[in-house]
Amino acid sequence: MAAETVTYLEAIRQALWDEMEKDERVFMLGQDIGTYGGAFRVTAGFLDRFGPVRIVDTPISESAMIGCAIGAAMMGMLPVVEMQFIDFISCAFNQIINFAAPNHYRWGQKVPLVVRGPAGGNVHGSAYHSQNPESYFQHTPGLKILAPGTVADAYGLLRSAIRDPNPVLYFEHKYLYRRLKDELPAGDELVPIGKARLAREGRDLSVITYGAMLHVALEAAGRLEGDGIDLEVLDLRTLKPLDQEAILATVRKTSRVIVLTEEQITGSVAGEVAARIGQHAFEWLDGPVHRLCCPDTPVPYSPTLEEAYLPNVDKLVAKVRELSAY
Amino acid sequence: MAKLGKDWGPLHPKVETAETTEKLAKTELPRERQLELYSYMKLNRMVEERLGNLYRQGKVVGGLYASRGQEATSVGSAYALAPQDVMGPLIRNLGAMLVRGVKPREVMMQYMAKSDSPTGGKDGNTHFGDLKRGLVAPISMLGAVIPVMAGVALAGRMQGKNLVALTFIGDGGTSTGDFHEGLNLAAVLGVPFVLIAEHNGWAYSTPTSRQMKIKNIATRAAAYGIPGEIVDGNDVLAVYEATKRAVERARSGGGPSLIESKTFRMKGHAEHDDAGYVPKEQFEEWRPKDPIERFERHLLGGGLAKEEDLKEIVAKIDAQLNEEVDFALASPMPPPERAFEGVYETSETEVSA
Repeated sequence: MAAETVTYLEAIRQALWDEMEKDERVFMLGQDIGTYGGAFRVTAGFLDRFGPVRIVDTPISESAMIGCAIGAAMMGMLPVVEMQFIDFISCAFNQIINFAAPNHYRWGQKVPLVVRGPAGGNVHGSAYHSQNPESYFQHTPGLKILAPGTVADAYGLLRSAIRDPNPVLYFEHKYLYRRLKDELPAGDELVPIGKARLAREGRDLSVITYGAMLHVALEAAGRLEGDGIDLEVLDLRTLKPLDQEAILATVRKTSRVIVLTEEQITGSVAGEVAARIGQHAFEWLDGPVHRLCCPDTPVPYSPTLEEAYLPNVDKLVAKVRELSAY
Repeated sequence: MAKLGKDWGPLHPKVETAETTEKLAKTELPRERQLELYSYMKLNRMVEERLGNLYRQGKVVGGLYASRGQEATSVGSAYALAPQDVMGPLIRNLGAMLVRGVKPREVMMQYMAKSDSPTGGKDGNTHFGDLKRGLVAPISMLGAVIPVMAGVALAGRMQGKNLVALTFIGDGGTSTGDFHEGLNLAAVLGVPFVLIAEHNGWAYSTPTSRQMKIKNIATRAAAYGIPGEIVDGNDVLAVYEATKRAVERARSGGGPSLIESKTFRMKGHAEHDDAGYVPKEQFEEWRPKDPIERFERHLLGGGLAKEEDLKEIVAKIDAQLNEEVDFALASPMPPPERAFEGVYETSETEVSA
């Protein structure tokens, strides 16, 4: 009998549910997560099951929510803070980069904290409901950053995040919430933090990506098969710490690389990946390392503008052809 | 420049302060415990004097932040806590840390960036913590500790630890967003939390009149629906008694409180700062209210101690500090490779059954 398929959102919900069932130290802080069940319904039913002590509705105070979670984490609890949209994480920037991140380095006190929330565009959310803020945090020592692109990783990485003794930012892509469906892996195995996944093996060119762009890469790979171009697709999954070994391995194999991400291009995670390739695998390259990202503009609202802004299959296919001919 | 319009008001150098009387607050603390309070305040000041010497000898590698004149606030508030309580001291709360069992050598080694300092040389001054002693390390961004300590209080309540979380903020720090967010969240969640606002007149060189339009920080408590109390911050007994009431209320489920401690910063923001911007009359007004000297007069006048008793306490601290300084000086500088260690906690977070 085939296993039941679940959405990416249901996988996130299931991970939270399972960890809360397993360990009473896990609790949640967020806006409208209780009675309402969260803006995207991730925590629907949680209040009934786990009660108001563990499902804590808060005022609109992102900084205090995350500060409060830091305090609770230091005391041995395992808080998960929901940002209603991940864009609002900037309101808590100080707590994350100055309190949580350097805490263990400064005085040896761990902060087992998870901040999670919907990231990404392509849903016409405009400037404040579409952001990909990972690169702001990529720069900060002490954080771990996850960006799952599959149902299995959405589930397995969130469970790993909750069990990790460090502050972890978990960026879920809202475009995938209900569009992506797959089976949850059987068994209790966790997805390790810090390990990329080879999503597709290929010979000719590597696309290094994560999140919703993973599916752009896979679709492009299918389309390019007919042209005799065999794409390899590496799904980073963990953005910090980067799996440098896996990055360099795929570069050595194909010698041509596109780093495909949904961030504004300057100062992006893609830039860091490209820099590492340039520094450590220069002699393996048969062409320039290309970053296919968003332009340096805020996220626009109108579908025609957002389409122009976001990378997509057509743009990737064109870039692959160009680089293959280099 | 006339186009930019009229100034909206002069920079008032006047600092509003509490009326302080010579007489100290009523207490039921017995003689021995009052002498202990004295001892901690004296230790606070004498450690800072030693640190001042080390600073002038070039042994302190960073800034030095003293709390001269504010010892009663740090010591009196920390003294009201129970062993299970958790405190988040700020840079000017050395006295509170000493009450919680921090050794002078730890602070000295921190300032001198030594290998054996509590942070192994990774951080300086009083920026270290130890949850085994109920101490959370602050960060330099003021206000940030308030929501964190609210979270400590929340966790303590969930874990049934019957603890109270306490932290401090200065008059300048009350202008931050985290002051508002943190106090509001603590109030809404009703967690056992006490915030001591040290109103010492000056935030670096900025007088309180440029931080707020109100005279009393305690007024702000009303905005959060919590009790706000003004206390004479140079009376260690008043600070102790007010904190004790707030702590007891918090412990019995009464939620957070805000205590405004009216005091005065008798030095600059840090050792390099001569505080030339503070009108001399303000120092002159506050010098006779020195919290340690006032407490000495209280102890001597009330027959709780003789001159010799106090001298003996001071001599003991002096001898102790000789040892502490020697120990701290003898510690080596940290090995360079330590700079790269400890960014992440690498042990697994164990999962309870």
